[in-house]
Amino acid sequence: MHFESGVGHIGGNLSCIDVLIILFHKLISSKDKFILSKGHSAGALYVALWSIGILKDSDLTTFHQDDTLLAGHPLPNKIKNISFATGSLGHGLSLSAGIALSKKIKSIKGQVFCLTSDGEWQEGSTWEALIFSCHHNLDNLTIIVDHNNLQGFGSTDDIASLSPLSKIINGFDLEVVTINGHSPEEILSSLKKKQNKCRMIILETNKGNGVSFMENKMEWHYLPLNKDQYNKAIDEVDSV
Amino acid sequence: MRTQLCDGLIELANNNNQMIFLTGDLGFMALEKLRDKLKGNFINAGLAEQNMIGVAAGMASEGLIPLVYSIAPFCYARPFEQIRNDVSFHNLPVKLIGNGGGYGYGVMGATHHAIEDYGVLLTLPNFHIFIPCFNEDVNLILKLSYFNEKPTYIRLGIDESDPEYVPPKYEAWRQLTFGDGPVIIVTGPIATTYIKAFEKIDKKNRPNLWILCELPILEDSLPKILIEQIHLTKNLFVIEEHVAQGGIGSQISLVLIKNNISIESFIHLCATSHHYDKCGSQKYLRKKCGIDLNNVLSKL
Repeated sequence: MHFESGVGHIGGNLSCIDVLIILFHKLISSKDKFILSKGHSAGALYVALWSIGILKDSDLTTFHQDDTLLAGHPLPNKIKNISFATGSLGHGLSLSAGIALSKKIKSIKGQVFCLTSDGEWQEGSTWEALIFSCHHNLDNLTIIVDHNNLQGFGSTDDIASLSPLSKIINGFDLEVVTINGHSPEEILSSLKKKQNKCRMIILETNKGNGVSFMENKMEWHYLPLNKDQYNKAIDEVDSV
Repeated sequence: MRTQLCDGLIELANNNNQMIFLTGDLGFMALEKLRDKLKGNFINAGLAEQNMIGVAAGMASEGLIPLVYSIAPFCYARPFEQIRNDVSFHNLPVKLIGNGGGYGYGVMGATHHAIEDYGVLLTLPNFHIFIPCFNEDVNLILKLSYFNEKPTYIRLGIDESDPEYVPPKYEAWRQLTFGDGPVIIVTGPIATTYIKAFEKIDKKNRPNLWILCELPILEDSLPKILIEQIHLTKNLFVIEEHVAQGGIGSQISLVLIKNNISIESFIHLCATSHHYDKCGSQKYLRKKCGIDLNNVLSKL
């Protein structure tokens, strides 16, 4: 999809595709909401929605093309299961908190899952939303952090380190767990665990996961694949 | 208008349990009754306006109707991207209420003034703006805003009309004074400072003062009688406590041009600066930019 469209952002898509597949296949029901705060991983979200039948093969072929509904970052009000146009970082957690608080006010069941990047925690609005979520005891909200430690022009640690994020977050009144973000068992068990407070699951992930020449390389935040790289990547994935 | 706001919201809350009121820590000695009435549906979101708007958008997407209240610039300028991306792009019924429109916060300083608010918000899709002129407008405007399924912004100010003055029944366009003089179109309660003086002018020279309370100005929205008056006098004033860029002066000009209405004289009096050499009250700042009564009278 990314190769055919000649676009990048594949690294951050591969770091979160595991959790997205598990969320949409094993957890999210019609009562629940998912917000992709890291809108640049729209490609991974489209694939997850395709895998449960919301999108068709023919939809995916339009990714990043003219006349598409599948833009590089989600569009407003176009696709079932995508409630908000995201892409400017630092918006998704407030939206999720508003949805979660609405469910509590209306006494409606259902969970809210919000996927953020790690670089996104440099945005002040994300912290505003975290304070709000803890203050209102949003025990129906799960914040998932794709901690791949690489952002647009350097490593998260080099640019504005919050490392270790869990230590800083531990000062807030929420449940925090750090797990292997590419272990289906760990992801599923942590997401299924009953929560008593607002919670955060920090996924330790690899940017470009599953493709050796991409893994933990900053350039794969933006770069598109050439033909040779694409073939090599496909061979690697097929061999697993 | 804060008293009317609080009373109007309490009335609205009686029959609308999907109403949520979010404040950016504003409301001391003004909204206590509303807080007591709404209980859990009254949320002081604290000093975090970006989050407040995002939360409101999330709530609106779940079928609630959030009203978001703060000092005007903290309501629309600080969280502009959240208004744009989260509210406006999704056409969600989030109701912004900005207190102290124009130079309302006076000597509190330039950071608290709102003289580009409706111009900025009208660049976004789906927004509808209400600018009450009289205290009596607030209750109805609250209802119009609340039941309008779009994002809205209400710019509150201070009604300075004489206590005995009875304003005409609310409409988006209302004529306040009648004569054979020029046509004057005004937004906001600054119009209330002109009424008494205009009424004392002899009929031949007395302006036809119009107050405009809703934006945007659609091409076919000008009242027929207003168009006739413009045709007749060819002399038009537009006065607003807002900068020229994005203001009603340019919007009205465009509507006139599109409707082939020609005029001979056009005077636009508006906010001319975010900060002058020195600061002062709202009255002082209105005088600085020439939208005060004395300057208007001198231009007639």
